[in-house]
Amino acid sequence: MKVIYNGKPDVKAFKDVLGTRIPEMLDADPDLIYLDADLMSCIGTAKYAKAHPDRAINCGIAEANMAGIAAGLSAAGFKPICHTFGPFASRRCFDQVFLSAGYAKNDLTMIGTDPGVCAAYNGGTHMPFEDMALYRAIPGATVIDVTDTAMLEDILPKVVARQGVKYMRINRKANDLVYEAGSEFEIGKGVVLREGGDCAIIACGFMVGRALKAAEMLAEKGISATVVDMFTVKPLDEALVVELAEKTGCIVTAENHNRIGGLYSAVCDCLAANRPVPVGCVAVEDAFGEVGPADELAERFGLTAGHIAAEVEKTVARK
Amino acid sequence: MNAQTKRELKKFAAEIRITLLEELKARGFGHIGGSLSVCDVLAVLYGSVMRYRPEEPNWPDRDKLVCSKGHAGPAVYATLALKGFFPKEKLATLNRTGTMLPSHCDKNKTPGIDCTTGSLGQGTSQAVGMALGDRLKGRPSRTFLIVGDGELDEGQCWEAAMFTAAKKVNNLVWIVDDNKKQLDGPTAEILPVFDLRAKFEAFGFDAVRVAGNDVEALYGALTRPSDKPLAVIMDNVKGSGVKAVEETASNHSMTVGPEVWDSYIASVKADLEAIEKEGVEA
Repeated sequence: MKVIYNGKPDVKAFKDVLGTRIPEMLDADPDLIYLDADLMSCIGTAKYAKAHPDRAINCGIAEANMAGIAAGLSAAGFKPICHTFGPFASRRCFDQVFLSAGYAKNDLTMIGTDPGVCAAYNGGTHMPFEDMALYRAIPGATVIDVTDTAMLEDILPKVVARQGVKYMRINRKANDLVYEAGSEFEIGKGVVLREGGDCAIIACGFMVGRALKAAEMLAEKGISATVVDMFTVKPLDEALVVELAEKTGCIVTAENHNRIGGLYSAVCDCLAANRPVPVGCVAVEDAFGEVGPADELAERFGLTAGHIAAEVEKTVARK
Repeated sequence: MNAQTKRELKKFAAEIRITLLEELKARGFGHIGGSLSVCDVLAVLYGSVMRYRPEEPNWPDRDKLVCSKGHAGPAVYATLALKGFFPKEKLATLNRTGTMLPSHCDKNKTPGIDCTTGSLGQGTSQAVGMALGDRLKGRPSRTFLIVGDGELDEGQCWEAAMFTAAKKVNNLVWIVDDNKKQLDGPTAEILPVFDLRAKFEAFGFDAVRVAGNDVEALYGALTRPSDKPLAVIMDNVKGSGVKAVEETASNHSMTVGPEVWDSYIASVKADLEAIEKEGVEA
C-alpha cells in the first residue's frame, strides 16, 4: 500500500472500475451473480448483461424485490452482488436486506452508488446521508465507504468473498487520488496515511482526500495531525481508534453522511467505552439532501478541508 | 387420481390438522385460522407432489416450499414432523424460548424449512430467487410458494409476480390461500384483492382457481403442464376443517382453554374416522 496523494482527482472514475471488474469477477467465478435495478447503464455493466442474461440480471425498478431475489439466490448457492443508487440500496429495501438477507443468514453484497453529496444534480431524493446508519444497525453487517479506485480494485473481490450482508458506498465519479494502483487493504483495518501528535483525523470515503488537505493546512499553522482512512466503518478498527486517542488526546471524524449513525457515532461508541477524549465531528448536521454540484454541496453541508481544519483547532483546544 | 390416493391425501390432511391442533394446544394460543387453511395443500404437496428427503433436508435437488405467510409455520411444522424431518415431541416447544419452532418459519432453526418468512411479502421474492437459482444451477427442483390473500396487500408480491413471468421462472408455482380474511377482518373490507385469477393472468401466469379443501383438484392444479408459471388460487375458508374455528369471526390468532382445543381435535378425529370408514366400505 502506497499513498500518492497530491491534491488531484483520481485518474479513474469508480464507475469505470465497476463496469470492468464486475464482469471480470462474474466470468471468473460461476457462483457469482449480479443484479441491478435499472441502473446498469450508470456503472457500465449493461453491455455485459445483454450478452450474459443469466449472470447479470436486470430486476427493473424494484429494489425490494431485487434484495429478496438476491437472498433467494444465496439460498440456492450463489453469491449475489446488487447495485443501485445509495438511497434505494438502503432506505428503499431496508427491511428486505435486514430480514431476507441478514436475519435469514443469506449472503448479499449491496453496492450503493453516489453516497451523500456525490448524488449532486440528482438532488435530495437521491442523496443518502443515512445509508451507513441503516446498514450499521443490521447485526453482523459490514459497512465500507470506498476512498479511491485503487482501493475499489483491491477491496471489491474481498468484500464479495466475505460472508453476510455487506454494504459498499461508492461515488460513481472520481474522488481525490490517495493510493497507488495495486495497493492492498484489509477489511476492518484502518490505514494511517499521515502521522501527527496534536490530533487524529479519522475519515472515510469522499472525505479522506479532504482530511489530508486539512492536515496540510493545519501543518502551516504548526498543528500536526495524524490522518487515518477508516474505510471500514463496521466492524470498526477499535484497537486503532483507542491507540490514536491515547497518542494524540483528541479525535476529529470526517464523513459524507449524517452525524447520526455513521463514522462519528461508531468512533464515539468506541471511545466512550474505552478511552474518552474530546471528539470533533465533520458531518452533515441532521439534514436532508439538496441539489447542486458536489463541491458546492460539500461547502453548504460543511464537508470541506477548511471545515475539518477548523474542527481540529476547536477540538485540540478542548484537550 | 384413484380413490385410494385421494383418501390417503384426505387422511394426511386430517392428520396434519390434528397434529397442528395438539401443537397449538401445548402453547395455548397461536395462529390457528391461517394454519388450518393450508393443511390440505400441505397434504397434497408433501403427500404426493414434492420430492424431498427427510433424512437429508438440505438435499440440493429437492423441491422447496416457501410459506410466505410465515404465521402458518405451525401447520408446516406439523407436516414436517409427520414426515419425519424431526421428532413429533418437538412440536410441544412451539414458541417457547430457545425453540427450534418459532411462530414464523425460520430455515436456520427448523430442519425442512426452506425459507425464513414472517414479514409478509418477503417470501415471494426469496422464492423467485430460490427457483431461479435452482434453474441456473441446472437442478430439477420446483419451488412452491404459498401466499395469503391478505399478504397480497404488500406491493413486493406483485413485483415478484411480474418478475416470475417476465423472466420465465416456470419452476416456481404460486399458491394463493384465498381464505378471505386478514387480521383485522374480511379482506373484502380491509383492502379488497379484486379478481385474483384475472390479476395473475394479466401478470403472465397460467392461473386457475380451485377449492382449497379438494385434494384431487389441488393435485391437478399443481401438476398441470404449462409453458407459463402456474398460479393456483385456493378458494378457501380461514380456519377450514374445524367448523367452530371457521365460524369464529376473529380467528387469525386464538387463545382458548385445553378443553376447547380438545373439542377441535375431536371434531377432526371424527372426520378422519369417517374417511377411514369410507375406505373400508369401498
